[in-house]
Amino acid sequence: MSAKQTKRKSTATAVKHRAKKPAATAVKKEKKTAAKLIPIYIMGKRYEVPEGLTIMKAMEYAGYILIRGCGCRGGTCGACGTFYRKPGDYKLQVALACQKTVEPDMYIAQLPFFPANRATYDFAGLTAAPEEVFKLYPEMFRCVACNSCTKACPQGIEVMDAISALKQGNITEAAQLSFDCIQCGLCTSRCFGELAQYHMFQLARRIYGAKIVSRAEHLAEMVKAVDEGRYDRFLDELKEAKEDELKKLYQEREVEPLTAGEDWKPKDTTYL
Amino acid sequence: MSLAYYPGCTLKTRARNLEEPAVASMKVLGLQLDEVPRWNCCGGVYSLAEDDLIHQVAPIRNLIRVKKQGKTELVTLCAFCLNTLKRANLLMKEDVEKRNTINSFIDEGLDYSGEVEVVHLLEVLRDYVGWDVVSQMVKLPLLGLKVAPYYGCTLLRPREVAIDNVESPVIFRDFLKALGARPVDFPESTRCCGSYQIVSSPDDIAEYARPILNSALSQGAEALVLTCPLCDYNLGEGQQELMKKNSGFRRMPQFYFTQLLALALGLDPKICHFELNYGKPESLLRIKNLLA
Repeated sequence: MSAKQTKRKSTATAVKHRAKKPAATAVKKEKKTAAKLIPIYIMGKRYEVPEGLTIMKAMEYAGYILIRGCGCRGGTCGACGTFYRKPGDYKLQVALACQKTVEPDMYIAQLPFFPANRATYDFAGLTAAPEEVFKLYPEMFRCVACNSCTKACPQGIEVMDAISALKQGNITEAAQLSFDCIQCGLCTSRCFGELAQYHMFQLARRIYGAKIVSRAEHLAEMVKAVDEGRYDRFLDELKEAKEDELKKLYQEREVEPLTAGEDWKPKDTTYL
Repeated sequence: MSLAYYPGCTLKTRARNLEEPAVASMKVLGLQLDEVPRWNCCGGVYSLAEDDLIHQVAPIRNLIRVKKQGKTELVTLCAFCLNTLKRANLLMKEDVEKRNTINSFIDEGLDYSGEVEVVHLLEVLRDYVGWDVVSQMVKLPLLGLKVAPYYGCTLLRPREVAIDNVESPVIFRDFLKALGARPVDFPESTRCCGSYQIVSSPDDIAEYARPILNSALSQGAEALVLTCPLCDYNLGEGQQELMKKNSGFRRMPQFYFTQLLALALGLDPKICHFELNYGKPESLLRIKNLLA
């Protein structure tokens, strides 16, 4: 793979298809790895790729250079939202390309970006009143409860319920229901009412986090204590310690038991 | 006894003064209102286009959720939600072809054919509780309060979903009587408030409100009582416009029926949220010694 990659040159296009015949590549690959090859269709074109690859790796195997539509490769950034369909089933399925492994005869189309409406606002000036969200996203009320958004969510979020919560002025509920949202935008691409659900949810979570949920007073106190240098001398002690001494300290450190209650305290309270 | 209850979006935001006194009052009357799990918008308005089935999905999804909840009756407070849900329900009962299309689209794993009965809280009070029982439970009779019951359109039209006689309804009058108030009959009690026309023609709001308010005023009403947040908005904003235009136009306090119920049952007036009402009803209630 590395030799192939060096031959490629990055281009300005989001996804570049390599001119080489993929079938030839596939045969070569089979000899090297002996992995079973399965057919998949990327944007309508047939490729044979080793089974067990993720959709993203299969695309790269087929010769695509991904400069958009791929990010963390760990299922959390939301860049690689993908639609696919299997033969004999009219239903569209969704996945993250970096997470889902290829299956025979999958028809695949990635949706790296969707031109969804995102409101601009001065967050400091917003309150937690439901009307703030209504004003920024009035198209919310175009929802017809078709539930296509929910079916398109690779994170399994009850997207329509979260929109209902927003319409009912329940920002907390919307923030909590949409907590796992990774902003891939697949919901929006399927929306009958042209809502940008994922941007609305982000606003809901911001308002919830900053203006609804109660402040952790003890955290502010702790940050203040750290700033004031209450713990500096402990750190200095560690900096000056010899290696053997550090090892000993580390090995003999007292670890909070997994089952410890909220009132658990270490035996040595010097550092509290 | 508990009944499935559909609040509607507006009752959770602007019209908390319609919902909160209702829930508290029904508890006193021995009826638990169980909010439908995962309810969504009722659809806002019933779609009249024959082939526009997508706008039937929202109300019907709610009715399916009621069926899943294991309930056979659904109570609403908002007259518009009632109308939308009840008409969509009728469609599912009567039109087999559309029912099949909608069921296969909704995909909830449960087919629906209009099994749930959609009722308004006024009907619950009349048919399940009874006016005599309501009357017995009253702790603070609304004596001397002259109130004009405004039905608007959606409680009574079309005929198939009306909660009472379309031409001469009495349900609202009987409700007010049970609370000890003096119902004021007025000719425009079923005239349209302007409904959603106000969205496209905001300047017409005063002219929609004028005949209704004038009619109630001329019959000696001191306040208007209603069941619908949209009527409340149109008439409330309308009367403010009228007062701006004509300094002689008298302010008309507007109540939701559930506020009067809670007040008469002797509940804490705080749950009525009178601060959200149009026409300053609190000063009228003080004059009548119904509020401290």
